[in-house]
Amino acid sequence: MLHLVNKSPYDGSSLNTATSIMQNGDTLLLIEDGVYGAVKAGKAAPLLEGHSVSVLGPDLAARGITEDKLADGINVIDYAGFVDMVEANDKVQSWL
Amino acid sequence: MSNAKKMMYINRKAPYGTIYAWESLEVVLIGAAFEQDVSLAFMDDGVYQLTKGQDTSGIGMKNFSPTYAALGDFEVNKIYVDKESLEERGLTLDDLQHLVWEDEDEDWAEKDSIRLVSRSELSDVLADQDVLFNF
Repeated sequence: MLHLVNKSPYDGSSLNTATSIMQNGDTLLLIEDGVYGAVKAGKAAPLLEGHSVSVLGPDLAARGITEDKLADGINVIDYAGFVDMVEANDKVQSWL
Repeated sequence: MSNAKKMMYINRKAPYGTIYAWESLEVVLIGAAFEQDVSLAFMDDGVYQLTKGQDTSGIGMKNFSPTYAALGDFEVNKIYVDKESLEERGLTLDDLQHLVWEDEDEDWAEKDSIRLVSRSELSDVLADQDVLFNF
């Protein structure tokens, strides 16, 4: 299953809920304000530990976040990669 | 300026996920024409509005972050940034734009607009205002 989070982890519980419900083999994709959760120095970063995490590059750039600021092991993708991930997963759960 | 009210705009949302940040900036710029005593506060996700290096070319939205640098020219030069909010997000003052204004009483000396404040200092600033606008 692909889990989508589009809200800041500092302005809601979406990332916390998503990461606590994810199972082995599931993937998390952070988009829009969700990308703030990928920043290594942020207090929310430990929520990502042990999960397969991708983040949408154009949303990082819009927010001035460079890849060197990201937590370790995070995969940066573009819109085509987003489509590939949706296609590769049987279900998509959007934590709106 | 004796009739000027102390007006503070409180910004608590990240810039592109919702329209609040952009709307606030527009209202501040319009309000600046009315010669009030304007202050801005950035706290919670609002601190993300001031980050450097924003490039929205990939998401089809207007990058309005350069506009914050113009606030000094509108005599909007009291910009309070909540220190706790920065720290929680792994940010420092270096991650924010360097916003300045020119003081005409001191031969147009360039001064910093951003004041990094603790929660209790911000509390005192809020208490001192006449009007609060929330975005």
